[in-house]
Amino acid sequence: MDFTYTETQDMIRDTLSRFLADTYDFETRQKFIATDTGRDPAIWTALAQELGMLGAAFAEGHGGLGGGALENAIVMEELGKVLGIEPYLPTVVIAGGALKAVGGAQAEAMIPEIIAGNAIVAFAYAEPQGRYDLANLKTTAKKDGAGYVLSGHKSVVYAAPWASHLLVTARTGGGQRDKDGVSLFLIDAKLPGIVRRDYPTVDGSRASEIYFENVAIPGDALLGAEGGGLPLIEQIVDEATVAVCAEATGVMQKLHEGTLEYTQQRKQFGVPIAKFQVLQHRMVDMFMEVEQARSMTIMGTLKLDLPANERMAAVSACKAKVARGANFVGQNAIQTHGGIGITQELAIGHYFKRATMIEGQFGSADHHLGRYERIVLAD
Amino acid sequence: MDMEFSPEDLAFQKEVREFIAENYPAELRDKQDEGEEMSKEDFLSWHKILYKKGWIAPAWPVEYGGTGWTPTQRFIWSEETARADCIRLMPFGLAMVGPVIYTFGTPEQKAHFLPRILSGEDWWCQGYSEPGSGSDLASLRTAAVKDGDDYIVNGQKTWTTLAQHADWGFFLVRTDKEAKQQEGISFLLIDMKSPGITVRPIITLGGEHEVNEVWLEDVRVPQSQRVYEENKGWTCAKFLLAHERTGIAGVAASKRGIEKVKAIARTELDGDQPLIANAFFKRKLAELEIDLTALEFTELRSLAGPNAGKGPGPESSLLKIKGSEIQQRLTELTLEAVGHYGAPYFRGFGEGDNEHPIGPDYAHRAAPTYFNMRKTTIYGGSNEIQRNIIAKMVLGL
Ligand SMILES: Cc1cc2nc3c(=O)[nH]c(=O)nc-3n(C[C@H](O)[C@H](O)[C@H](O)COP(=O)(O)OP(=O)(O)OC[C@H]3O[C@@H](n4cnc5c(N)ncnc54)[C@H](O)[C@@H]3O)c2cc1C
Ligand SMILES: Cc1cc2nc3c(=O)[nH]c(=O)nc-3n(C[C@H](O)[C@H](O)[C@H](O)COP(=O)(O)OP(=O)(O)OC[C@H]3O[C@@H](n4cnc5c(N)ncnc54)[C@H](O)[C@@H]3O)c2cc1C
Repeated sequence: MDFTYTETQDMIRDTLSRFLADTYDFETRQKFIATDTGRDPAIWTALAQELGMLGAAFAEGHGGLGGGALENAIVMEELGKVLGIEPYLPTVVIAGGALKAVGGAQAEAMIPEIIAGNAIVAFAYAEPQGRYDLANLKTTAKKDGAGYVLSGHKSVVYAAPWASHLLVTARTGGGQRDKDGVSLFLIDAKLPGIVRRDYPTVDGSRASEIYFENVAIPGDALLGAEGGGLPLIEQIVDEATVAVCAEATGVMQKLHEGTLEYTQQRKQFGVPIAKFQVLQHRMVDMFMEVEQARSMTIMGTLKLDLPANERMAAVSACKAKVARGANFVGQNAIQTHGGIGITQELAIGHYFKRATMIEGQFGSADHHLGRYERIVLAD
Repeated sequence: MDMEFSPEDLAFQKEVREFIAENYPAELRDKQDEGEEMSKEDFLSWHKILYKKGWIAPAWPVEYGGTGWTPTQRFIWSEETARADCIRLMPFGLAMVGPVIYTFGTPEQKAHFLPRILSGEDWWCQGYSEPGSGSDLASLRTAAVKDGDDYIVNGQKTWTTLAQHADWGFFLVRTDKEAKQQEGISFLLIDMKSPGITVRPIITLGGEHEVNEVWLEDVRVPQSQRVYEENKGWTCAKFLLAHERTGIAGVAASKRGIEKVKAIARTELDGDQPLIANAFFKRKLAELEIDLTALEFTELRSLAGPNAGKGPGPESSLLKIKGSEIQQRLTELTLEAVGHYGAPYFRGFGEGDNEHPIGPDYAHRAAPTYFNMRKTTIYGGSNEIQRNIIAKMVLGL
């Protein structure tokens, strides 16, 4: 057994954290998220071209560093620490994951574009009625000659305003909630008939409502088997789920550190408030949640290659624990800061917001507890 | 013991319900339904209607303009206004400084200020907290130095809720630097338009401008605007805080809040069933409702029990702790219920903010409200401080 990182992995973390320390301090982030486009594209380019970071999780044959899920977790955790809004999750973890799983011409064509920083992919999977059910789809892709015609409405698609490509789930057959008949497509984001309504999100990123109005897409946009896409979609969403747990670990660590630091400075009743035992015990409990989030993320990441049921149980255990932990650490960080914690001025509140959104991303704690029970406790 | 309403109470309930149905402004209702931010005029419109009816201050003694209602009638009143989603009345005049003035004020102060609070002519704010004095309120440093018939006040207050709208503020200031902390404090009423006062906004996590920093530079305040004796302001301060805390329990509003969460959970789908059929969600709703019932009956006992009428004591801390926690859990459940649509950031309908909300109407304020309501366990004396009060005053530890 070995829980140490390789030299390359340490190098990835060090390089990235040094880069982010220079480019991504809180004030700088606040400035670029407030611009019209909501991001600084130079950062993405630098991540790709100066640091080679977008290739960390891809095979050397594609021009990557030969890593995988652990490398994704490292990048996501570092992004979590700076509240990074960079679209690494949809582009590298999700679209990259799907392309790696499918292979072939699509992977050969797209992965180098991702690694080079030329392609940004947004993942359009959720629908207004669907909640966390990946198969509950009203969006349809109807066969039309060699290609398909895509119609439907996808909701809260993070990073869509920046995307060159969209990874879309749609129904090629079956009824609205059938497990069969679901397909996955990677399409150009600028195709005629794609209508976007862009908006900021509460955690500082950008997202869109996307309406597909009879969008003609080519046949080779299909990733994997037609109508048999659900297992692939579940696989990549599981990979994404542990990746946001890694991000959560970074966010939670910052919430905890920020609280320790603040309570040692802030004086009331003539002493630093860190001297009050009730606050000390709370900060100890926060510390334990951060450590367990880290443990569960590693556990989930290492089990991603197991057979589907074992993988899903592990990922759900990870997400349920991390979501509860993020809730606890976030709320207590704010409470322990007192009034100043709920202002826009301090970074702590923004970490709390991101922690709150992560709680629900790819399924709440309740959702994952339910999935865990169905798999592990079924009689 | 008896928990049924008498025939008189039921008649009163009917009267109140009809009055609200007939008199609550429709424009205000529309704005609320749209989730719009409320202006000062919006708050005042309902205030003025109640003032005309003579129902503006149910908690005040009749001689100062109270309604003379029994505790049960007051309970019915808060239930009915919450049930009808009436806009809340600003507490700073009615629930906070008003009672201080009629309890400790001079005849002149009573005659001048109380009618103006009732009519809504003056909007009040509370100048207690300072950057260095939050939980440790008695360490406050804003100083008032005598100069003839006046005080000259210098210092900085913070977290002053809605000071941007206020005509008057009630301030705690230090009038004796040598005395023990609690003994050198006085309670001043200050005209917010006095020269030397600067109000600067603090923007909170949900994007709201609700609290402010207030600077006082050589502000001249007549000594006749001091309530109660010099250096004995702490007595008024504590009296007022206990009043503030009972208001914070918010039982009726939380009951209404639970109905709203249920409505959302009946609309939102979870797989092929409404969310309310989800066993986990339903369990959380049930627990919340039961906790609210416990709070409600604890409040009723304190309102109608043997200590009724003596004013809130340290047991009000219990109501504040439990009430604020329930309010937070409500906003948490709402955010959970709206799923993905908690993420879009809705900027509101204010000036320059004409962006149309994303997703269902009940969703677009869910996240900002959740963030904003973290304040309830912090303000009015944080819940840690309330627990310290119970430990000391109730349990004798
Ligand atoms: C089943 C059992 C087996 C045991 N076996 C052994 C054994 O084999 N050998 C042996 O030597 N001892 C043994 N012990 C004794 C055990 O180590 C003590 O019970 C323990 O250290 C607590 O001491 P106490 O019972 O005197 O409680 P106290 O020290 O009186 O504590 C009472 C309560 O106050 C709390 N408290 C105390 N100080 C603080 C503080 N500074 N801050 C916050 N809270 C505080 C405690 O956490 C506890 O909740 C055993 C005890 C039990 C119950
Ligand atoms: C939205 C909002 C509106 C407000 N409106 C007003 C207003 O209108 N007028 C006004 O005067 N004030 C107002 N306040 C101020 C409010 O009363 C203070 O924020 C509150 O008293 C806490 O003080 P603080 O923020 O300085 O936190 P601190 O006192 O710095 O406390 C930080 C943390 O330490 C804890 N702590 C402190 N001392 C102890 C202790 N002895 N034991 C255990 N834990 C402790 C606290 O509970 C808290 O968790 C408002 C605050 C907010 C957030």
